[in-house]
Amino acid sequence: MVALSIISAIVAVGSLAGFYARSHRKMDLEQWTVAGRGFGVILVWVLMAGEIYTTFTFLGASGWAYSRGGPVLYILGYQPLMYVVSFFVLPYVWEVGKKCKLQSQADFFEVRYGSKYLAAFVALIGVICLLPYAQLQLKGLGLIVQVASFGAIPPTAAMVVAFALVAAFVFVSGVRGVAWASVIKDILLLFAALFIGIAIPHIYFGGIGRMFAAMAQAKPEHLVMPGATKNLGHGWYITSVLLTACGFFMWPQSFAAAFTARNARILRRNAVFLPLYSMTMPLMVFVGLTAVLVLPKLSDGDLSLLTIVRKTFPAWFLGIIGGAGALTAMVPAAIQLLTAATLFAKNLCRPILAPGMSDQKVARLAKVMVVVLALGALYLAIQTSVSLVSLLLLGYAGVAQFFPGVILGLFSKRVTTSGVFAGLAAGVIITSVLMLTNRDPWNGVSAGFIALCANFVIAVVVSGFTSVRVAGFEERTAAAI
Amino acid sequence: MKPPSLGAILLGLIPFLGGCFSVALWDRIYPMVFGLPFNFFWLIAWIVLTPVCLYGAYRLEDRGASGSTPEEGGAR
Repeated sequence: MVALSIISAIVAVGSLAGFYARSHRKMDLEQWTVAGRGFGVILVWVLMAGEIYTTFTFLGASGWAYSRGGPVLYILGYQPLMYVVSFFVLPYVWEVGKKCKLQSQADFFEVRYGSKYLAAFVALIGVICLLPYAQLQLKGLGLIVQVASFGAIPPTAAMVVAFALVAAFVFVSGVRGVAWASVIKDILLLFAALFIGIAIPHIYFGGIGRMFAAMAQAKPEHLVMPGATKNLGHGWYITSVLLTACGFFMWPQSFAAAFTARNARILRRNAVFLPLYSMTMPLMVFVGLTAVLVLPKLSDGDLSLLTIVRKTFPAWFLGIIGGAGALTAMVPAAIQLLTAATLFAKNLCRPILAPGMSDQKVARLAKVMVVVLALGALYLAIQTSVSLVSLLLLGYAGVAQFFPGVILGLFSKRVTTSGVFAGLAAGVIITSVLMLTNRDPWNGVSAGFIALCANFVIAVVVSGFTSVRVAGFEERTAAAI
Repeated sequence: MKPPSLGAILLGLIPFLGGCFSVALWDRIYPMVFGLPFNFFWLIAWIVLTPVCLYGAYRLEDRGASGSTPEEGGAR
């Protein structure tokens, strides 16, 4: 019970920070979605860290280290590289966003390619990919409460309460609320990761070095690729790291986070310093590897971090870790819901179904959609089983297919709407077919990467056969590009 | 805004060479460095070295930008 009260207290403080952020601002659509483009270095930093470090990284990194071993290196490998990509892409995205008043990723495709159908297609893929992501956050939260209460509280009850809170503070304060809740979450997570990453190997082995020495003795094959897996070797590593590094900022919420910055320099400076936050990832991995030797027979690798914390520390400490974990689920879930709701209202519903809608009505519809999508994710989280993680991996590979359209759109004058449409459709189809038939990796190469290459080639080739027909974009953004 | 300069792009490619394409060269346990298997040590080193490369690219881009367009910071 001690652990649970502390988790509740932390969740309450985080949510209050979210509500407080509203502070007498008029909440129009622009405030709600991109905070009036007024965020400085620190808030952009926490917002981005808020959506990048989700329960998937918190429980997943230790889980991969536990159940797969060497292939977990891929998580350490792609993290710094995705910021390199963001350094070269986001400032230009921001520039277009500022000039054309963009609020979502699909808006970008609409102004660049002059097609509301392409924009709606992008929005649809975005929403479909986001739902399993939000659902996975919920699942993680359920797991945390289950472990912390020693099974006394059913995960379903915890998910319902947490989701009501998330939907409420997104509804009230929009992206500003998320950023402030994220401040609390980041501070807690940073300290929690530093502490357990160092303390747990120390308690069981007398230090990280000795833990690795024991591992190298007992299970050397677990420390290199392919580890405990059959087909996650070096070819898979290179292609997965490239896919994730290119695709990460193509997640609609990460893409749109660029619009909250006050200027483009902030995004460059962020890209320089955000990789340092990745230092928490190896620590999570160390905890998972320690668990391999200390708790060798866990049924679910994703439980390794929480179980070893529960075994090692007093209840109040489990409460702090659980609280950090709960916020790590709630903050990204909040951003994901906000983004999906905006995409749905602004880029799917208005242009296709009701062209006459005013901005106020779109804002109202988006808020209603937050609640609807929250209920949808909650229903799926309660209903569905393990295959969730595979859905999320499909989502990762799916959003990466936006990459050619964004890059060519920013840096090429020759690319055409038909080219990007064809490439994107091909990429999404190839990804889905390969992954849903369990062909990932395919011949040792990441399936999403194969799709991405095909996507690029098709976009360029089809562009070569069609003529550029988007007039006006050049003038509208003349100063931007 | 001008496209990124060649120098900045080259600096950005260095982390990809170090942490991605060269995997076959460093994915091994020995020699251990600071008690870490070599592959873990190598990738952790790149978490620190990547910001160094990007800082170099930032300086290059910033210098390039300040010559042609004024600072955007005042825009609200």
